[in-house]
Amino acid sequence: MLSIEDLNVSVGDKAILKGLSLNVKPGEVHAIMGPNGSGKSTLTKALAGHPSYEVTQGKMHYLGEDLMPLSPTERAQAGIFLSFQYPVEIPGVANISFLKASVNAVRKAQGKTPFDAMDFLTFIREKCEALGVDEGFLYRNLNEGFSGGEKKRNEILQLLALEPKLAILDETDSGLDIDALRVISEGINAMRAPDRAIVLVTHYQRLLNYVEPDYIHVLAEGKIIKSGDKSLAHILEDKGYSWLETMES
Amino acid sequence: MSKANEPLSALLDGEYEHGFVTDIETETLPPGLDEDVIRKISAIKNEPEFLLEFRLKAFEHWQTMETPEWSSVHYPPIDYQDISYYSAPKTDADRPKSLDEVDPELLKTYEKLGIPLKEQEVLAGVAVDAVFDSVSVATTFKEKLAEVGVVFCSFSEAVQTHPELIKQYLGSVVPYRDNFYATLNSAVFTDGSFVYIPKGVRCPMELSTYFRINAASTGQFERTLIIADDDSYVSYLEGCTAPMRDENQLHAAVVELVALENANIKYSTVQNWYPGDKDGKGGIYNFVTKRGVCKGKRSKISWTQVETGSAITWKYPSVILKGDDSIGEFYSVAVTNNRQQADTGTKMIHLGKNTKSTIISKGISAGYSHNAYRGLVRIAPMAFNARNYTQCDSMLMGDKCSAHTFPYIESKQPTSQIEHEATTSKISEDQLFYCEQRGIDTEEAVSMIVNGFCKQVLKELPMEFAVEASKLLGITLEGAVG
Repeated sequence: MLSIEDLNVSVGDKAILKGLSLNVKPGEVHAIMGPNGSGKSTLTKALAGHPSYEVTQGKMHYLGEDLMPLSPTERAQAGIFLSFQYPVEIPGVANISFLKASVNAVRKAQGKTPFDAMDFLTFIREKCEALGVDEGFLYRNLNEGFSGGEKKRNEILQLLALEPKLAILDETDSGLDIDALRVISEGINAMRAPDRAIVLVTHYQRLLNYVEPDYIHVLAEGKIIKSGDKSLAHILEDKGYSWLETMES
Repeated sequence: MSKANEPLSALLDGEYEHGFVTDIETETLPPGLDEDVIRKISAIKNEPEFLLEFRLKAFEHWQTMETPEWSSVHYPPIDYQDISYYSAPKTDADRPKSLDEVDPELLKTYEKLGIPLKEQEVLAGVAVDAVFDSVSVATTFKEKLAEVGVVFCSFSEAVQTHPELIKQYLGSVVPYRDNFYATLNSAVFTDGSFVYIPKGVRCPMELSTYFRINAASTGQFERTLIIADDDSYVSYLEGCTAPMRDENQLHAAVVELVALENANIKYSTVQNWYPGDKDGKGGIYNFVTKRGVCKGKRSKISWTQVETGSAITWKYPSVILKGDDSIGEFYSVAVTNNRQQADTGTKMIHLGKNTKSTIISKGISAGYSHNAYRGLVRIAPMAFNARNYTQCDSMLMGDKCSAHTFPYIESKQPTSQIEHEATTSKISEDQLFYCEQRGIDTEEAVSMIVNGFCKQVLKELPMEFAVEASKLLGITLEGAVG
C-alpha cells in the first residue's frame, strides 16, 4: 500500500530524513518510534505533502501511484489521513461544518454521493457515540478552546468519519490521561481492517499497550536503524533510545 | 515569497464579476462644477426653492474647504472640474412609472447583477430601489408598502411627494457643513432612496437599494434618508457595483438615519464597487458619510457592513445616541486585496442616559493592501451609565499588507463603562494545510477560515445578503494567501 524508498527530506536548509525506506501492506499496523528530533513528524508531514517539507531525494508510492505530484488535498482525497500532533484551531468555523466539508470533499473525489445535512447528522452522531463524545462537541468551533485531550479526540473522530485507507497518527497519545488514552485506542482499534493500514508515530511505548502493532521501526538521525516485532517496544522501554545509539556506533 | 507559498499565491486573481458596461442612451451634463451646474441639477429635478438654497449654501461653503488629509489613505488630488455631476438614462417619459417603462437594457443590467427588479420574480419579498448612475430607475413593491403607509421611493420622488419631511430632516443628521465630501454631496446630490416608516409600523419586507455606476467620468452622489417614526421597525439593505474602468471614479454619498422613540433601524451594506486592477489602476473612491441619530428614547440603530470592493474605502457609519436608553451597533467586515486601501470604522456619540453601543470590526488585508480601523467612542457629561464594548480583529494574509487600529475614546462621565479588545492574526500555513489534509481545497479552505473569522458580523446580515456576502469574501480573497 505504501512504499517509501531512500527518502530524503529537508526543512529549509536542514536535512532531516536521510535515506528512509519503509513498506506497509494493507491490514498492517506499523509503529514508528524514536527519540525527539529523529524525524518522526517530518515523515508524517512529507507523506501528507506539507509545502515546507521538501523531498530532495527518493520515492514515495501509495497504492502503486507516485505521491510526489499530488497536492495535500489530492492525497487526502485519495485516502491518506494524518492525525496531527498539534491540531490547529480555526476560530468561528463550527466543528460540524468542517467535518461535513471534509467528509463530502473526500466522498465526492471518490465518486460517492455527498451527504445532505440530515444524512450527515445521522452519520456523524453514530461516530460520536462510538467514540463516546458528547454531541455538543460538534457545535463548538474547530479545536478552539479544546483541551489537549479534546483535540486528540477530535482527530480520532475525523479518522472514524473519513474512513481512510492509510491512517498516519502522529503522537496521538501525547498529553492524554489514562482514560482518554483507552478511549482513543479503542477508536483506533475499531479502525483496523484488512484493507486499511495504520502507521503510529510515538515517542513512548505506552500507546502500544493498547494498540498492538505488527511491526516496530526505530528511527534515529533520519533513517530507520532497527525494525522488529512488538517485543522491540519493551526492549526500548527498558533500555531507552541510547541503547540503540550505542549499538549503532 | 517563499517557495512554500507558491501554490497559494497562484490562486490569486479573483476576477471582478460585475465589470461590464451597459450601452444605453444617457443624458449627461458636461464635466465641471459651478453654481450653474447646481441650478441645472435642481431645475432638471424640478426642486422646491428650499432645496436649491440648501445646495447653494453647501456649495458656497464647500469652496472654502480643504481636502481632508488626516486619514491613512493615499490618492492623487481629484480634479473636481473633471467630473460630470449628472448622468441619467434617457427615458422617453419623464420618469418610469412602472417597470414596463424601464429601458429593457437597464433591466438586463440588473438581471446580470442578480438583482430581481421584476416583482413576480422576487421570492424573498425584498422591495428594491435601483439607482443607476445618478438617478433612481425603479422601485418595486411600492403599492404593497403603501398599504401599510410605508414610503419607499427615490429621493427625487420624495422631494415632490413629501417635501415637508425632506425639509425637516435633510441635513439634520449630517449638516451640510459636516465634512468636505458630505458638503460636496449636499451641493450636487442627484438621487438616492427615501424611506419613511409611520408610527407603530413594522415594515413587512426588507427594503433594498441597488447602486450601480455605469457612465464613465461621472461621480455618484446619492443621498439616502430614512426616518423611522415612533415604535416602528425597518431593515434596509444596500448593494453596490460598478464597471471596470481604468480611471478612478468618485462615489461620495450621504446617508442619514433618524430613529424616533422606540424605533429600530437596521441598515446593512454589501459594497462591491470595482476595486481597480492588480496594480491599483482604476477603481472607485468610496468616500461616504453615514450617520444615524437615535433621537427618541429606547431607539436603536444598527449598521452592518461588508466592504469588499472599491480602490479606497473611507467611511465611518456612526450613531448619535441622543435618546435615553438608546442603542447603537456597528458590525463591520472590511476586506482589502492587491492595492486596495480602507480606512473605516465608526463613531458612537453617547449623549443620553443608559445608552449602549457595540462595535465589532473585522479587517482582512491581503496582497499589498492597507486596512485601518478608526473609531471614536465619546461619552458626554450627561450620559450617565453609558456603556460601550469594542472588539477589533485584524487578519493578515502574506507579509506585504498592513493593518492598523486607531481607537479614540473620550469619556466625560465617570459612571460610563468602556471596553476595548483588539487582536491581530494571520491565516497560517498550518491552518491551510490542516484543511487540505482533510480533503478541502485551498480556495475553499481560505474561504472557510475567513468566514469563520467574520462570523460575528455575517450573522447580523439578513439571510438574502449573508449568502452573497459570504461568497464575496471568498471571491475577493481568491489566491490572496501567500
